[in-house]
Amino acid sequence: MAYTEDDLKEELKDKEYKYGFTSNIESDKLPPGLNEEVVHLISAKKNEPEWMLEYRLNAFRAWQKMVEPEWAHVRYPKIDFQALSYYSAPKKKGDVKWEDIDPEMKATMDKLGISMDEQKALSGVAVDFVFDSVSVKTSFQEKLKELGIIFCSFSEAVQNHPELVKKYIGTVVPTSDNFYAALNSAVFSDGSFCYIPKGVRCPMELSTYFRINEANTGQFERTLVVADEGSYVSYLEGCTAPSRDENQLHAAIVELIALDNAEIKYSTVQNWFPGDKEGKGGVYNFVTKRGICHKNAKISWTQVETGSAVTWKYPSCILKGDNSIGEFYSVAVTNHYQQADTGTKMIHLGKNTKSTIISKGISAGHSNNSYRGLVQIHKNASNARNFTQCDSLLMGDQCGAHTFPYIEAKNSTAKIEHEATTSKIGEDQIFYCNQRGIDTEKAINLIVNGYAKEVLNKLPMEFAVEAQKLLEISLEGSVG
Amino acid sequence: MTTVELTKKDTFLAALSPLQFNEDSYFEGLRNNAKNELAELDFPTSKTEYWKYTRLGKIVNNTYTLGQPDKIDITNFLIPNLEAHVLVVINGYYSPELSNFTEIDSVTLTSLSAAKKRDFEGLKKHFNQFTQDKKEIFLALNNAFHTDGIYLEVAKSNSVEKPYHIINISTGNNTLSQSRNLFIGNVGSKVKIIESFVNVGGEKNFNNHVSEFFVAENTHLEYNKIQDKKENNFSIATEQVYQEANSNFTINTATFNGALVRNNLNIEVDASNCETNLNGLYLGKNKDHIDNHTVVDHKKPHCNSNEVYRGVLDDESTGVFNGKVFVRQDAQITNAFQQNNNILLSDNATANSKPELEIYADDVKCSHGSTTGQIDEEAIFYLQSRGISKKGALKLMINAFAKDALERISIETLHEYIDAKIEEELS
Repeated sequence: MAYTEDDLKEELKDKEYKYGFTSNIESDKLPPGLNEEVVHLISAKKNEPEWMLEYRLNAFRAWQKMVEPEWAHVRYPKIDFQALSYYSAPKKKGDVKWEDIDPEMKATMDKLGISMDEQKALSGVAVDFVFDSVSVKTSFQEKLKELGIIFCSFSEAVQNHPELVKKYIGTVVPTSDNFYAALNSAVFSDGSFCYIPKGVRCPMELSTYFRINEANTGQFERTLVVADEGSYVSYLEGCTAPSRDENQLHAAIVELIALDNAEIKYSTVQNWFPGDKEGKGGVYNFVTKRGICHKNAKISWTQVETGSAVTWKYPSCILKGDNSIGEFYSVAVTNHYQQADTGTKMIHLGKNTKSTIISKGISAGHSNNSYRGLVQIHKNASNARNFTQCDSLLMGDQCGAHTFPYIEAKNSTAKIEHEATTSKIGEDQIFYCNQRGIDTEKAINLIVNGYAKEVLNKLPMEFAVEAQKLLEISLEGSVG
Repeated sequence: MTTVELTKKDTFLAALSPLQFNEDSYFEGLRNNAKNELAELDFPTSKTEYWKYTRLGKIVNNTYTLGQPDKIDITNFLIPNLEAHVLVVINGYYSPELSNFTEIDSVTLTSLSAAKKRDFEGLKKHFNQFTQDKKEIFLALNNAFHTDGIYLEVAKSNSVEKPYHIINISTGNNTLSQSRNLFIGNVGSKVKIIESFVNVGGEKNFNNHVSEFFVAENTHLEYNKIQDKKENNFSIATEQVYQEANSNFTINTATFNGALVRNNLNIEVDASNCETNLNGLYLGKNKDHIDNHTVVDHKKPHCNSNEVYRGVLDDESTGVFNGKVFVRQDAQITNAFQQNNNILLSDNATANSKPELEIYADDVKCSHGSTTGQIDEEAIFYLQSRGISKKGALKLMINAFAKDALERISIETLHEYIDAKIEEELS
């Protein structure tokens, strides 16, 4: 039987969420509601210093004055922020020996295919596992310490390296940056912290795995990566959540700081629960990700977005230093009733700054997939260069693909190119392959592969495998 | 007693209130609807996405006097060698003395106010049909307070060779005028229209203009718009276009000057096999601010649209391009192409570009491109190697870049005029 695009659509239609299990782990969870008391309580639970509490309270006060943004091309019922619980932690939080970890949790990690100690030799990836809001276990810490690399949960960092956290937190994403960033700054429970000292090239991929388990909780984690002068780090982030009928909120902040000559490569495979076929449930993914590049520094964002009911995410680069480079590679797949409004911002402030944006959107089912990007060349950013390409692929006549680029140039030496296309897999493309002796199934795979490869190639090897697995049908098939 | 502070809108409306219109109840009703709408609208702020890159302070903070009919010498505004029917609108009022055209059986041509007094079938059917529910304050202002303009209707299956040239003039200082046109191309007709927006001396005149186009089945309509208002004058122009099956609509917009120019071009393609061409050129100098917003709404299958807008921006000028292409779910097999190119000649110039695609149908080919940059160094070098001075080479390249945008103008003499004008403006 010939494999046609229709078959593929069928397959796509029935693709079920693989990570939709729940783990029965006892947890320590705050009752729903948000007020200053809750902020105090979270801070107290974490035994935080005064300045951290102050930081949270400032953010909370700013948040109270803000309104939810509505400009994104997504529709969802209003979130009742008082109905959410702002802290949930697995009860048996170990002082972590692997043996002490709740077997349920171990099983969870196994199911997720996360490498911890047993597998570390094999995979060579250091992992920080964030379960609901709390970091559970960080592997490889010792080995990294030898090089002076700090890689730990955010709360540990606040306790052990307050000077670093205090110096950098909120410098890229200020507390009052936007509605969700302010909310996160007020109630963030944990996350990851990473510091690479001067001139050190991190020998392995650092990785965080996020999982929402509890019902009716919001997950608010925070990642702060500081690459000191001349250092290099590759950082991975993965996310899953159980299938639930209610919507869950995930509002994270990621801040990257690349000092002079440093390079940060940040890769995400986002596979939050996207909701079921009828569009019920799923995660609201409202994330603020931003990095700042000092002189000659480079930040590269790579993301594979397959999950979440609603995604609202713009990993950005502030190219502050001269000769700095920002990159953004993205594959966003939406199916069923998913909605994604994602893209990037490249703010060129320094001279000779360069940015590249490659965005591939694939929409199927009843989904809507939007690219929204900003390229801004400031007055002093002479010889700035930007290249943007965003392609959208439509599968089925019920979905939508949209492009909203903002291009602002204030310097006469700026060179900006933007290109976008929207199409489906052309009959002529398939016909061309056919007449070269490639059957339709292979042809679709070929076209789809070619379509996404440009981005998948940018992922670190370990992640590329996972990403490919994740996109198995939805990417290999539909895209092209 | 409390004093109520008047908002900018209140002041604006107060200035317009002396206007009296002796119209029948139907048209009065339309004006009243718009007035009710105005009660709920306000001037856009920096937060209004639709006006993101254009600050309206210059327009709304000014105090205006209402435009009055006037008589001036129009020789300077005629296009050399162009054989055309000439129609003159001054400060929003049609001027029969200055107009010069021959009556043709197949064309109904009068001022809009005169048309309202006679019972034209086309007028009631199409007037104000596509400008309702847009919730745009300037559109509502025009709907409620427009004075006069041109009514042009081409009868079925008639092809009119000689183009119509409308000269829309502002005179005086701080003059507020609101002109309004309605163009109807009936089934199988063909017509070409030129409209120039100019001024005679005077500062801070504001013309809030609206043109409506009804392009029926198998009709070809070409509209060429020349904006050349000097000395710190403001214009906001809205074109509302409705296309029926197999029709062809082309608009060429050339903006040579303007302290603040905003063009809102909305094209509704509500039938199959239509072709739509939108081309624009904007040349910014000094503190010019030129903003082009276009919307092409593809509602039915098998349509093509082409859009090319080009800008050359010098000194402290700002160019804005915001193009939107909608492809609705039914509009399969749509080809939509959109392009915006900008050249910045000065470090104080700004180019803002926002080409948008919103697509809900899968069997489409839609693409857009946007570039901002300089003239290709290698091309300059090539010309230099052929013995052309660097300055000459640059001029040649910029001229070519600019002229390219308006290639689709089909009226030869107009084309020549615009090319010459481009060279003059860029020198």
